[in-house]
Amino acid sequence: MTYETTSGNKGLQQAESLIFESGHATSTGVDLPEPKGGKYEKLGGLGRKAALELPGFSEPETMRHFVRLSQKNYAIDLGLFPLGSCTMKHNPRLNERAARFEGFADLHPLQPTSTIPGALELMDELAHWLMELTGMPAVALSPKAGAHGEFCGMLAIRAALEARGEAETRKRVLVPESAHGTNPATAVAAGFIVDEIPARDDGRVHLDDVVAKLGPDVAGIMMTNPNTCGLFEPEIKRIADAIHEAGGYFYCDGANYNAIVGKVRPGDLGVDAMHINLHKTFSTPHGGGGPGAGPTVLSAALAPFAPVPHIVKRGEVRELREHSDGTQAFGRMCAFHGQMGMFTRALTYMMSHGSDGLRQVAEDAVLNANYLLARLKPHFNAPFGERPCMHEVLLDDSSIKPKGVETIDMAKALLDEGYHPFTTYFPLVVHGAMLIEPTETEPKRELDRFADVMIALAERVNAGEVEFFKQAPKLAPMRRLDDTRAARQPKLRWKPEANSAAKQAAE
Amino acid sequence: MTTRFTKDHEWVRLEGDVATVGISTYAAEQLGDVVYAELPAVGASFAQGADMAVVESAKTASDVYAPISGEVVDANAEIKGENWQIINDAPQDGGWFVKLKIANKAEFDALMDEAAYADYVKGL
Amino acid sequence: MRYLPLTDADRQQMLSVIGAKSIDELFVDVPEGALLKELVDLPRAQGEIEVHRHMQRLAEKNTPAGRTAFFLGAGAYRHHVPASVDHLIQRSEFLTAYTPYQPEIAQGTLQALYEFQSQVATLLDMEVSNASMYDGSTACAEAAMMAARVTKRKKIVFSGGVHPHYIETARTACEALGLEIVALPAAIDDEAAVTGKLGADVGAVIVQSPNVFGTITDLTKIREAAHDAGALMVTTFTECTAFGLIEPGGSYGADIVCGEGQSIGNALNFGGPYVGLFTVKEKYLRQMPGRVAGETLDADGKRGFVLTLSTREQHIRREKATSNICTNSGLCQLAWTIHMTLLGEKGLRQLAALNHEKATQLAYALGAVPGVEVLTTRFYNEIAVRLPKPAQGVVDALATKGVIAGVAMSRLDPKAGMDDVMITCATEMNTHDDIATYADALKKVLA
Repeated sequence: MTYETTSGNKGLQQAESLIFESGHATSTGVDLPEPKGGKYEKLGGLGRKAALELPGFSEPETMRHFVRLSQKNYAIDLGLFPLGSCTMKHNPRLNERAARFEGFADLHPLQPTSTIPGALELMDELAHWLMELTGMPAVALSPKAGAHGEFCGMLAIRAALEARGEAETRKRVLVPESAHGTNPATAVAAGFIVDEIPARDDGRVHLDDVVAKLGPDVAGIMMTNPNTCGLFEPEIKRIADAIHEAGGYFYCDGANYNAIVGKVRPGDLGVDAMHINLHKTFSTPHGGGGPGAGPTVLSAALAPFAPVPHIVKRGEVRELREHSDGTQAFGRMCAFHGQMGMFTRALTYMMSHGSDGLRQVAEDAVLNANYLLARLKPHFNAPFGERPCMHEVLLDDSSIKPKGVETIDMAKALLDEGYHPFTTYFPLVVHGAMLIEPTETEPKRELDRFADVMIALAERVNAGEVEFFKQAPKLAPMRRLDDTRAARQPKLRWKPEANSAAKQAAE
Repeated sequence: MTTRFTKDHEWVRLEGDVATVGISTYAAEQLGDVVYAELPAVGASFAQGADMAVVESAKTASDVYAPISGEVVDANAEIKGENWQIINDAPQDGGWFVKLKIANKAEFDALMDEAAYADYVKGL
Repeated sequence: MRYLPLTDADRQQMLSVIGAKSIDELFVDVPEGALLKELVDLPRAQGEIEVHRHMQRLAEKNTPAGRTAFFLGAGAYRHHVPASVDHLIQRSEFLTAYTPYQPEIAQGTLQALYEFQSQVATLLDMEVSNASMYDGSTACAEAAMMAARVTKRKKIVFSGGVHPHYIETARTACEALGLEIVALPAAIDDEAAVTGKLGADVGAVIVQSPNVFGTITDLTKIREAAHDAGALMVTTFTECTAFGLIEPGGSYGADIVCGEGQSIGNALNFGGPYVGLFTVKEKYLRQMPGRVAGETLDADGKRGFVLTLSTREQHIRREKATSNICTNSGLCQLAWTIHMTLLGEKGLRQLAALNHEKATQLAYALGAVPGVEVLTTRFYNEIAVRLPKPAQGVVDALATKGVIAGVAMSRLDPKAGMDDVMITCATEMNTHDDIATYADALKKVLA
């Protein structure tokens, strides 16, 4: 594998330089009518003087450039993508088609409402599905991603406390140590102070630990359920009751809602607010890092504070409320109505599955994870493996680290086996975490194939093949990349004069 | 000259009423290659245990707490000049962070000495 | 169920490997009574034919922009997006990939991010760009918070030309942090409004150009006023194609330049998903929110790209992160980069010139309608006009004639006292006939 080709290509893997290195400012792949120019100018002398120097490509060059780039990416459509807490499931293509219907994609957010009844109906229908599934009386659709939904929920809590005259006294938000980093970051962004609940050996949040922290200054709790260790929180209802009794609110991080959709309604657990990642549970595509969507369901206590814009029904007519004046709405999350393109995809997904299919989604996701747990448990340490997991399997590094192999090395060895690795080093409460989420869209034979690979790797660890792991990946499009170098001398854009890394690489 | 340590892996060396402060060899090893550090400005004052500096590797960030109370009288020019490697190469020497004019020597005396710190690290 | 590959036989076999008798044994931790016995009260599964039909029916109840004479902008613009853009972003390797946390098998996404950052920084004449944000309004709110962090000051001043929804979005986010938002009165030409308003407690002045009324502004005096007060100048925009023709904020010495990127590569989509552009001066890099890709080498010494400087972000810094943001706007950002690659400097300049030309034609045509006054004198592709009647009624009346004319300022901000002002724009998509139809319909509605 040390053979170097003249072209830099590796078989079907085409080497591809930056558009800035191969494109040209005088090339273009778009033919537009020639402007007449001159006499009509109304720029008031503020025309662009600075050079633009944006490289352009003809259409065939553009196609090739991005197709070549695409072939350096892993994707769900290529294989199992067991990235725990990220929910990489199949993206049905009907959803893509629906989102592109002219009647949705070619609508402006500020068109007169008389021209958009179908859009409002769609949003209302999506809201109905989300509320029925979660057992919650209201939903704010506009948050643009999961973290944005968290922010929405926490701002609603803040507004409710303000309405009670307690915003200044109730500042403390309880956040379990195992929480995703967005939870504490969001609580702070919403003006709260984070009080961490230390992790316990069983990976769960205990009622006693919560009660010990309750007081008149507690605004609420942010808990993930199922939690980041892939476990359902058995005391969740009693924790919710205790929080409510103490005058606080219960924010549930819905990142793992896909494990219980159609099986358990968060509304029955005492939840006051929960964001739903449409890109996880309802399979809108992850797209290499967004766009997401984070509609947030709200309890009756928080519903009056939902942000604008939202739909108000007057008889059979749906209208948009776009301003918070004269209402209790806490404000506005973004310029327009949220991620409409994701609403169409998510509703298409929900209708395709129906109430029966959605329950099956949760059951198969949990079944697939427990099957992998059963197969991997004899070969790895599963810290909470004595009980069933939900939709993801958590392993730690205690069976590999003493042999000199780290979690990151296991991950890199999986790259050579043709897999995207599991989530590494999250949750932080487990040492060297490997978090595996197969999702419900994997057939059994793919699970078996993956388990066979994991077991074979565990055997290599036991055989002391440390160098095999440290050298991985050898077969991926690239070898291990130097994060330290990237961070020490940040090079975040192409510049004509400072192309040093490329030069060094060439030397 | 005695060096003393905190449970958060800062070290302190005292000369008269000026303490030199840095992160321990153990901490530097745990952190890995340092890619960034932010030192406080000369003149800033810190109470013992307050957030004083930040040190980062590519994947983690750690707060550095003031091991004892005092006012910053010097910050390491090497680090300010982005020579991050010195923190990895000589954490308990040339890779020091700041010098503090201390207020209370008793705080220094209460910290772990070298042997106690070595035991503490062994137990981690 | 076509999306679920397990068969009942698989399920039975898997349960026996697990050692469970039923699926509900795996849900053993769910509290008593919370495990649903019945299906949720919603319709059952449906095939592609039925779902397609349902969604199509909903879509057909709407009037798509392309079926009208369409002149609405105010934060989202109808432009031509080449067919190849949508084809490329639907490739499985882009569409169904995750955030590039494993760079060895994500160089496609990462290189495209690096190219995006390079293009955005070049377009806006700034030093550093992040990998994109949710949209222009949230990017602007993040800029306000970032400016407060950098300057350690609590007051943020919005000029009177910033889109009212952007101000409201920033107000919602900033007030939670204890910051004070001061919004200056709405003004068609807001260049002079800022000077004299900036005390030593102001962390940033945020100004939009082209502004919500379409006015383009020489930002020199505003920058001087901001910097004299020790504040940052943040510039924002809703129409990024403008910078093919006019100077971007970076050329005026702005500290942060951010705004909406939807115009390039992205459809109207009823408001989202869009793509927020966010750029800063290099010295503020550590305070910049959002993810960012950087160049490095692999173990063989080959150039590659990784996500870097992630210690600013929530997954490492938790409650001390620069922002709670956990994503960028990946596919929309990719669409932006592909479209920008197709345009290049030549295409972008031409596109911008065409937009301006259509807008000047529109301004002349509307200005010739009795009772209509064109208020915007320096503009790119958008103008504000004063009507002899409340604008909302006029917009609604025009819609019944197949003309989506623009938006009433009273809809964006009922308290602005500009009920007779309508904001309207033209792009390369508008034909001569569209403009004539519009002017004619307006004449009739006003008559």
